[in-house]
Order: sequence, then C-alpha cells, then structure tokens
Amino acid sequence: MPPVIEAHGLTKRYGSLTAVDAVDFTIDAGECYGFLGPNGAGKTSTVKMIHCSSPITAGDLRVFDLDVREQPRSIKQRIGVCQQEDTLDPDFSVRKNLTVFGRYFGIPARQAGERSRELLEFIGLWERRDARIRELSGGLKRRLAIARALVNEPDLLILDEPTTGLDPQSRHQVWDRVRTLRRQGKTILLTTHYMDEAQTLCDRLVIMDHGRILVEGPPADLVRTRVGREVVEVWGFPPALVAHVREQGWSFEADTHRLWIYTDSGEDVFEAIARRFPSEGCTVRMAGLEDLFLKLTGRELRE
Amino acid sequence: MSVADAVALVRNVSPRSLRVWERNRDVYFVTWKTNLFPPLAEPILYLMAFGAGVGALVKQVQYRGEMVGYTAFIAPGLLATQVMFQAFFETTYNTFVRMHYQRTFDAIITTPLSLEDVMAGELLWGATKGAIGTALMMLAISAFGLLHYPHALLIVPFSLLGGLFFAGLGLCFTGLVPQIDSFNFPTFLFTRWAQNLANALPLTHVANVIRELGFGRVPRDLVWDLLYLLVLALPLNVFGIHLMKRRLVK
Ligand SMILES: Nc1ncnc2c1ncn2[C@@H]1O[C@H](COP(=O)(O)OP(=O)(O)O)[C@@H](O)[C@H]1O
Ligand SMILES: [Mg+2]
Repeated sequence: MPPVIEAHGLTKRYGSLTAVDAVDFTIDAGECYGFLGPNGAGKTSTVKMIHCSSPITAGDLRVFDLDVREQPRSIKQRIGVCQQEDTLDPDFSVRKNLTVFGRYFGIPARQAGERSRELLEFIGLWERRDARIRELSGGLKRRLAIARALVNEPDLLILDEPTTGLDPQSRHQVWDRVRTLRRQGKTILLTTHYMDEAQTLCDRLVIMDHGRILVEGPPADLVRTRVGREVVEVWGFPPALVAHVREQGWSFEADTHRLWIYTDSGEDVFEAIARRFPSEGCTVRMAGLEDLFLKLTGRELRE
Repeated sequence: MSVADAVALVRNVSPRSLRVWERNRDVYFVTWKTNLFPPLAEPILYLMAFGAGVGALVKQVQYRGEMVGYTAFIAPGLLATQVMFQAFFETTYNTFVRMHYQRTFDAIITTPLSLEDVMAGELLWGATKGAIGTALMMLAISAFGLLHYPHALLIVPFSLLGGLFFAGLGLCFTGLVPQIDSFNFPTFLFTRWAQNLANALPLTHVANVIRELGFGRVPRDLVWDLLYLLVLALPLNVFGIHLMKRRLVK
C-alpha cells in the first residue's frame, strides 16, 4: 500500500520568507502523525499544502498517491480538515453546519442527515443540535469542527492545533475523541505546540522549527535515543555545578535558573551532585518530549 | 491577467459552485424576515413621495416621443437601482464578511470545491439577490398599477443578467479593498471610470430594458441590450474571480 502522504523537498515561500524549507516526510495509513513545533514553525503552511488550499512552491507532494497540483478535488474529497481558527458557519445551527458541509462533498441530504446525527452523538452535541454557533463554548466549537471534518468519512483527518486555547477539561474531551478515532484505524495528521499532546496522541512525529524538520520518529524512541531515560533538574544551584557537569562530560542544558542533566542513570547523578552542590531544589524524573524539544532548539524557544 | 489565466480560471469553475449558492440561499431563509422588508417598503415610500411631491407638479414626462405618467417613468428606475444595489451589496459587503470575518471560504476550499467554484457561487448568488429584490419590489410597484403583465414578468430573469454585471463589479472591489470600511465610504464610486462603468453605461441600459418591459412592450433592441450586458458582465466576473484568487491564495 502506498503511503497516505509522501513529501519530498516540500517547500513553501511567501515572498522572501521561507515558511517550509525542503522537508521530507511520509505518513502511513492508520497512524497518528504529529507536527510538533512552536508558533511560526511552518506547521499550518505544511498542512495547507496537503489539503490543497495553498500551492506548493517547490518539491513534491503526493496525497493518496495523487499529485496535489494535478488532482486537488479528488484529494480533498477524501480528506477532513479541522482548521486552526474557527471557520464554523455562524449563520447556521449546529446540525445545519454539518449537513451544509456534507453537501459540498456531494453527500445526499438524507445520508448527510443521518451522518450528522451519528457525529453529533459521537461528540456529545446531539442534545444541542439546534443551538446557534455563538451559543457554544470554545471547547464545543472545536469538537463540532472535528465532527464537521468527519462528515465525508475521510481517509485522512487533519487537525491543526485542535486544542490550542482550550481549558484542560475541553482538551481532554478532544483527546478522547482523537484516541477513539485512532483506535478505529483512522489516519490522523495533527499539529500542536503542546508536548504532552504530541506525546500522548502521536504514533510518530516530527519536531519542526523555522520551517525545518529537526527529528522524526515515535516520541518514546526519540526521547530515549536523543535525551536519555532520565533528567536531573536542578534549580538555584552554585556556579561550580556547571563546571562540574562539564568536567564529567554529561549532556546538559542550562538557563539562568535551571539546569537539566540528561542521563540513563538519574539516581547516580543525583547522588553525585545533591550533597556536593547544595541547591534550592533537585529532582530526578523520566525524560519527556519537552526535554528533547529544549535540547534540540535550545533556549531560544523558552522566551 | 493573461488570456491563458482566464481560461484556466474558467475551467476551474464546476457545477459544484451551486453548493455555495445553496449555502447562501439557506442563510437567506434563516434571516428572511429582515431580507423581505426593504425591497417591499422602499418603492412604496419613493412612489408616494414622488407621486405626491414632484408628481403633483410634473404629471407627465416625455419618453421616446410619447407622454407617460411620472411615477410610471420613475418605477423602472427604482427597479434598476434595486438590481444594482442588491447585487453589488452582496458581493462587496456580504462577501467580505464571509471571506474575512467568518472565514467561510477557508472552510469550503478544504472540500472538493475550488476557490473558483466558491467565487462563481458568490456571483450567482449576488445576481440572484438582484432578481429577488427586483421581484419583491415589483410586487409593491404592481400595487400602484404601474407594471403591465405578462411582459413585466420578463423583468425578473433580465434582472439576473443585470445583477450578474453588478455582482462582478462588486467582487472586483472586494478583491481590491484593504478593509471592509472601504465600502462605507466608497471613494472608488467617485472615480470617473467606476462612475462611467456603474452608472452611465449599464444602469441606463438596465433601466431602459426594464422600462420597456414594464410598459408591456418588447424592447426594440432587446437582443443588443442583452448582448451588451453579457459582453460587459462576463469578463468582469472572470476578473473579479481573478482578483479574489490573488487576494486569497497565498
Ligand atoms: N499568508 C502568509 N503570508 C506571509 N507569511 C505567512 C503567511 N502564512 C504564514 N506566514 C509565515 O510563515 C511562517 C510559518 O507560519 P505557519 O505555517 O502559520 O506556522 P505555524 O502553523 O507552525 O505556527 C511564519 O513566519 C508566518 O508568519
Ligand atoms: Mg499554525
């Protein structure tokens, strides 16, 4: 089976600004694939080229083994997109938003009606089917936007920052739905700037910054091979500690307040420094994506 | 825009553009109460004002060598203006709201519709608004006995064509204006070329055809009038789509 998405040297320029800089990636059927990166990394630009809303500047991009430049309609027929910003139709009710969208895909009215009901039940909005969009909270709107993206039973679901700006409860609600879809075997492309979101939802991901892909792989593997198993985090430490860490040749990152030491044996490192270099605090924890992110992009991102 | 661009653009328009027309129609029905009133009330106000005011002084006007009642002369002008305002307002103000504030087009172009489809749907809807407004206004004007049927019925399909011209003109502006405020004080309407385009040429044509039909006659040069409008409307529509595409595709 050919991959769902195949990008080679994919590039997007806006005038003199290069938003996506010759990236390569392949997304297979049935996986949840993440684009993790800070604002301005080029995630939305990449996604827009995939759903054929923005022409590619250079490179090759095939979706369902079709060229985005040649067969945008056939590609878009099989994609569902939940955009970063709210694009729900404020003039329609909750349910009408889905049926009208179904019409764009050529779904007969009756079928669209049934499908809307299923989807509204899936996201827990059936009771509010006649509500106007402006009566919905941010979290409900986002869930409705996801439902709308499923109206054509897409082979690929694209979620561009699906939980940005949501409160913690709503985020978990959205994650729940994404997990369900993933279990059902749907191919999902997700962008986010939340580490926990990427870690919990994605089978594979890329970390993107300044239009480039820095690393690619399953999140746990990436963390293990690039960071180590554990992190010793120290804050309020004496300057001598940094010198010591350097001497030992440990892999580390530091800003003015905090120091992170990446290691496979956190306990040993902790033992070695906790007493010798008194600090305000020192903990050992499992390494996560955040550590990888910090290590790859340095302090610049912390601003 | 080259001829090749225009051809490519037209080839990207498909029957799916009707889905956008349907979307706008559905919104129209959701808000029908506010939509119905103005075209019905406007001519009544005008005709009463003109009839009682100017009409009391000027009972008859000379038109193409014959004398016609003053209000009968004015009414077709009201209809022509209605075609213009409805269609133009739709593809300027309303299209801008859908494009910029509601991001409706961003959502639709992720479906199998092309941006050209979306714009063609907007233009068709703009023309339809012209026709709806005209039909409503005709109801009110007919109450004054100023329209002669069945000829006057042809005014409705004709206003679709007139509407298409003004919808196209509106879309060109929407493709160009920096922000929606520009429509509140449309300086572009005061520039000479726009005035010539919007007023002098097509509006008088539209008014003349409507007047003849309203009097119960087939306009002498109907075929030429239709051709003339079509020849003006089509390139303007294509150019409007082009400008919108330039604005939206990044
Ligand atoms: N339409 C546009 N015109 C010009 N620059 C743009 C446009 N869209 C995005 N950019 C720029 O491209 C870069 C990447 O943006 P984007 O793809 O939106 O990143 P992300 O989604 O990761 O936040 C940013 O520097 C952004 O300012
Ligand atoms: Mg983005």
